Amino acid sequence: MSAERKILGEMMEKTILNGGTRGLNYEENLLWEKEHSDHPGVDLPPVKDFKSRTGLAERGTIGLPQCSEPQVVRHFVRLSTWNYSIDSGFFPLGSCTMKHNPRLNERMARLPGFAHVHPMQPQGTVQGALRVMYELQNILSELTGLPGVCLTPAAGAHGELAGLMTIRRAHELKGNTHKTVILTPDSSHGTNPATAAMCGFTLRVIPTRDTGRMTVAAFREALGDGKDVAGMMVTNPNTCGLFEREIIEIADLLHKAGGYFYCDGANFNALVGSIRPADFGVDVMHINLHKTFSTPHGGGGPGSGPICVTKELAPYMPVPVVVKDADGFHLETEEERPTTLGRMKGFQGQFGMHVRALSYILSHGADGLKQVSEDAVLNANYILSQLKDIYHVPFEGPCMHECLLTDKNQKDAGGSTIDVAKTLVEYGFHPMTVYFPLVVQGAMLIEPTETESKDSLDRFIAVMRWIAAESAAGRGAALHENPVSTPRRRLDEVKAAREPRLRWKA
Amino acid sequence: MRYLPQTKKAREAMLESVGVQSVRDLYKDVPEQAFIKGLAKIPMHMGELEVERTLSSYANENHAAGEGPFFLGAGTYYHHIPASVDHIIQRSEFLTAYTPYQPEIAQGTLTAIFEFQTFIAQLTGQDIANASMYDGATACVEAALMALRVTERKKIVIGNALHPHYRDVIASYMANHPDVAVADGEPDGESACVILQSPDFHGKPHAYEAWREKCDATGAMLIVVINEIVSLGLLPAPSLADIVCGEAQSIGLPMSFGGPHLGFFACREKFVRQMPGRLVGQTVDAGGKRGFVLTLNTREQHIRREKATSNICTNQGLCALAFTVHMALLGEDGFKGLAKLNHARACALADALAKVKGVSIENGAFFNEFVVTLPVDAAELAETLSEEGIIAGYPLGGKRLLMAATEMTTDEDIDILVSTMKEALS
Repeated sequence: MSAERKILGEMMEKTILNGGTRGLNYEENLLWEKEHSDHPGVDLPPVKDFKSRTGLAERGTIGLPQCSEPQVVRHFVRLSTWNYSIDSGFFPLGSCTMKHNPRLNERMARLPGFAHVHPMQPQGTVQGALRVMYELQNILSELTGLPGVCLTPAAGAHGELAGLMTIRRAHELKGNTHKTVILTPDSSHGTNPATAAMCGFTLRVIPTRDTGRMTVAAFREALGDGKDVAGMMVTNPNTCGLFEREIIEIADLLHKAGGYFYCDGANFNALVGSIRPADFGVDVMHINLHKTFSTPHGGGGPGSGPICVTKELAPYMPVPVVVKDADGFHLETEEERPTTLGRMKGFQGQFGMHVRALSYILSHGADGLKQVSEDAVLNANYILSQLKDIYHVPFEGPCMHECLLTDKNQKDAGGSTIDVAKTLVEYGFHPMTVYFPLVVQGAMLIEPTETESKDSLDRFIAVMRWIAAESAAGRGAALHENPVSTPRRRLDEVKAAREPRLRWKA
Repeated sequence: MRYLPQTKKAREAMLESVGVQSVRDLYKDVPEQAFIKGLAKIPMHMGELEVERTLSSYANENHAAGEGPFFLGAGTYYHHIPASVDHIIQRSEFLTAYTPYQPEIAQGTLTAIFEFQTFIAQLTGQDIANASMYDGATACVEAALMALRVTERKKIVIGNALHPHYRDVIASYMANHPDVAVADGEPDGESACVILQSPDFHGKPHAYEAWREKCDATGAMLIVVINEIVSLGLLPAPSLADIVCGEAQSIGLPMSFGGPHLGFFACREKFVRQMPGRLVGQTVDAGGKRGFVLTLNTREQHIRREKATSNICTNQGLCALAFTVHMALLGEDGFKGLAKLNHARACALADALAKVKGVSIENGAFFNEFVVTLPVDAAELAETLSEEGIIAGYPLGGKRLLMAATEMTTDEDIDILVSTMKEALS
């Protein structure tokens, strides 16, 4: 009996429990490690008398794992239980705008008339799809005050690229080839300098480390005589969660020097329906439909990053753009818009995301969108008001839709930013954005969004205060062990980078 | 207002805690001129039923594939999607998660992406693949940019009939690099790469051996672009390439009027540090258990800023999941079976069309798409057929029409096409 017990025990851990299943906490191996089926999880009609006309040899064994449908469904459902999501809890990731994703939007995007239309169908057969894009263009234009809208960009970073390439194209056609510099504050998102470099611009940094905001003085210094300045990339509200209060004067100086103001739209949730970026000097802006307009983040995409531009810059933006004439809607391409910078993506953008965003906008309406930004700003300020006595606040508020704290008061006692984050994980919250922006040490950037109730915020605030109290009581070392109740504990990222294993291998 | 949980009472209590009278006081840094006076062009909020009615009426203005015979491909293909794919990608845990920055609570996404990377590497015969790209066209231009970085050369060569939109995207991006030349033909000693699409835009499959030799002789990198990923179940793997990239919409994703689709990017392991995009790698946790994390991010914008390999951050995560679920359902036999079925349907279409007077098939070889030469203008005929509920294909200019068939194409579809075409041509 004891021999069988020993064998069964080993089998339990290794194969039955995959090394750790307990209760509802499933361990799951990879598709390639499973017991494979002799038939696939789909039934296809047999091909009789197959004869190849490809002119090439038939492909040999690929080595794909074969499973039946129940095995596949169970595999992915088990994997899903290892994920945290906005549907399951508070997700205050700064500058990421993790708000509720209405399921209506999913249903709308799956209507056969939207899901099963081809991007190159005769345009007379896709008037409804073009209408969706046209209406979304008009709404984004109304919300930003910028008349030119191109929905093509696939994500925020792609929108940045589209925006900067629009600026580049404008300068090129105007003969301003000496304008090769982009100004950006040191607090900007990493994508901003990366995008500027991809466009062949050089960067000049506007320091904001001491103030959290750009000052006219610092801007003037970065601008110099402005002759070489093509434009500036600024997020407003900025990545410290603050509105750039000197923005009008800065934009004026930039415009006088012949530069264009690119606004990173990552933080548009603070403004939507309340404040119009064109009226604080913006020339180009991308909008993250997956942030402000609630198209799901999907574990890292698909995003969608339309750009909105001034009338002056509209001729240069990418194609295609939907226009309306007597015959209905059509996609305007390079032939009709010769000054365009050209095409930036295979087709006309992440159309499925356009449908979802329009569905969200119609649901909220003009009145609801204003309430969205107001609640987002109020929620962030409420969190700030409840934590500012205990956590260090590097820059004076009020904040906009997100608030910035640091670990200055806790770090030495144990309870640095990473430990705060991992302790939040242990207690059922997704952490805030950590160690960004880079202009402060141990940054914690908290964006609650408007889709959290006061009760939800109070629970988060209580845990944050409890963590600080633990740290103050000298129990910081215990925080360092967190999380312990998650599917995995802290992961060895150094090992992952030093010995890259990027795929399964036998 | 159904998406807003705050109550009037809660808002009042919070304003009091913050110490202001109204939210407007919190906007004190915003210049007066920037406040919106009115949003005349945007209607007031709507209930779910009202939104559904409005958008359904728009959807009904479109002619969806499935309402009639459909033969359009040209880089986007009409395929069947198993019901369980859509079920899995709509699970909250996948749909409403963020990029997996906190790996302890994102192992679901990370494991699925690791599986995606493995599938792409296996299909393309490459060592490694990244966590996806926006689409085929942007994956292709990123491959060209990577070849410029790796070889430190300044010339991109397009070797055969590349999708015209991919070509356009390369031209747009290269305006940022005035010192880079783009040419057609064969690689020479100054070329960073040669881009070869297979099957090419006209549906012709290509062998890689001769191109590999040309690249070895000149030092150019061989970039293979795959538009129809199902073809990899029948055609030889492009394992001789240095980079294989393209579009994987055919597996698990609807055409959706052009997006979201799924770009992929695979290459030789030695180039890993020059790759664009996210990568998931295997590691262990503090308890010694296997786990996955985003890795090699010193290539990326949030660490390297202006020195990053690309500005890309998030990609097409959920689309990559849809692909992974569909691939898991297909497996070895299903994937190859699907490829054979596609080819067989295209053969049936080609045979039926070849019998129509004045119509001929240009391709000697094809996978599931080919060029048809017509006795009349192709765009005009396509328009006429579309009025009859048939989406015939992509007019290439003049009398040439690019036509595709997939497992969705029935014998009845082909019969209707042929009889309607005969009528239109008579």
